[in-house]
Amino acid sequence: MFETSELNNRNRTKQKLFQLLFMMMTLLLITPVLIILTTLIYKGGSIISVDFLFTFPTDGMTAGGIFPALFGTVWLVAVALLVSVPIGVAAAIYLSEYAPENWLTRIINLAIINLAGVPSIVHALFGVGAFVIFFKFGTSILAASLTLAIMTLPVVIVASRESLQAVPKAFREACWNMGATRWQTIRRVVLPNAVSGILTGVILEVSRTTGETAPIMFTGAAFFLPYLPQGVFDQTMALSLHLFVVSTQVPGVPEELPYGVALVLIAMVLLMNSISIAFRMYLRGKKKW
Amino acid sequence: MVSTVEAVMEKTEQHLKLDIRDLSIYYADTPALENVTLDIREHEIFGIIGPANAGKTSFLKAINRMDMFTSNMRVKGDIHFNGFDIRKTRNIYALRKRIGVVFPLPVGLPLTIYENVALAPRLSGIRNKAELDVIVERCLIRAALWDEVKDRLDSLGSLLSGGQQQRLTIARALSQEPEVLMLDEFSIAVDSVTTMRIEDVLKELKAEMTIILVTNLVQQARRLADRTAFFLEGKCVEIGDTEDLFIGNVKEQSTRDYIEGKFG
Repeated sequence: MFETSELNNRNRTKQKLFQLLFMMMTLLLITPVLIILTTLIYKGGSIISVDFLFTFPTDGMTAGGIFPALFGTVWLVAVALLVSVPIGVAAAIYLSEYAPENWLTRIINLAIINLAGVPSIVHALFGVGAFVIFFKFGTSILAASLTLAIMTLPVVIVASRESLQAVPKAFREACWNMGATRWQTIRRVVLPNAVSGILTGVILEVSRTTGETAPIMFTGAAFFLPYLPQGVFDQTMALSLHLFVVSTQVPGVPEELPYGVALVLIAMVLLMNSISIAFRMYLRGKKKW
Repeated sequence: MVSTVEAVMEKTEQHLKLDIRDLSIYYADTPALENVTLDIREHEIFGIIGPANAGKTSFLKAINRMDMFTSNMRVKGDIHFNGFDIRKTRNIYALRKRIGVVFPLPVGLPLTIYENVALAPRLSGIRNKAELDVIVERCLIRAALWDEVKDRLDSLGSLLSGGQQQRLTIARALSQEPEVLMLDEFSIAVDSVTTMRIEDVLKELKAEMTIILVTNLVQQARRLADRTAFFLEGKCVEIGDTEDLFIGNVKEQSTRDYIEGKFG
């Protein structure tokens, strides 16, 4: 009854072959990550120390630490979040909960997709035109952060909208049938169940914002500053730009320095991503329906 | 003369909870229900029977103005609730608050059992914990769920079993203190023992509210409904006293066939 035929065998061989092929492709995908990480740790690990993280660069940036760049990146990301999260979440709530299915909504959705597709250098030049020159913020943390915020807005909107949409429609209808307004429904039932997904999106946005270079290099990030920024209208150094500078613009930099900077940068991004993944796993265990 | 008219109107208003005239419902251009005229009296259980696609659910949706949630659903005709034209009222929230709905598939909101039932009272402004406790307990007892959940009111309502969730849904509908309770095939996800318990509850509730019972079980309509309407393919074929219909006192052959189980 269960004898294998020639055809069975051939199908099984093919199936094994394809499984192997797909697995190889997947492994191929993780090799660059591994190579990058091991190289960075091997070549830059030795320079990492508390001093490296918390002192200023010295000797024309060929020695010393990276503190002003690290500090500046945190500032840039924080201000960008302060702007993009409220706007992005509000837009996502509107699109998911209120927007009727009409031409306006379709245009908004199209705009979001296109905004996500705009190259970062174009965002950078837009930021120069709009924030630095037109709004007269000058090259400053504010201008750079606003540019970053606009660039990452689609990430926040799409992630938030998706987590709102993941709340079943039946929950909303049950509330509406009780006489709840749309806002009451959103506040009591939809948002509490979407907030975790929104947070995950925000963390991913942080990790993306941290590494961006082009949008900040004309709008607020400085080549070198001997002091820390005092407010949002000051320029600042930033980790990503600092990496670019020490790897290509300054002569006589010891080899381990740029590797060390890259390692710190990537560690920050990986940390953010791991937090987001851990958060998602934690929530999956707490499924509410 | 004038006084007579007023008297008649007053009398009608007293007895008619819902007055439905020439109700037609379309999804895009496809009719789901056509030219239904009927009235539902206060404190009666009004049964609606009929096979799938008869327009029963659409009928309920129109009464609750749920057509607003479905982008291509259109409703024509007049529906008067307590004498008010529901299509003219601006305050649909007040309308929905007076009409409780229970759908075939139970919806336990992802809140605690307590909060599921306390939600509607909270939305209408009740904050006093003691008052909420009373409402929650009363509604859960009425929905025949209290004994099973009284020790774990803080666990999630959405994680109860299907039958329990359906009773939670009923408790939630009752927590609105509705004037009309609409049940759409509520017993699909409920075992037969619980169904009987809920049916007993419905008989008691009749003293306080008007009940519209859409059911695919003709015998359930017979057990509960004072009057029954038979819907078929988007038309209301027949309306009559339930007993009349079931003893064969019908005008249309299709009604007789459906009740006797020849189709459906």
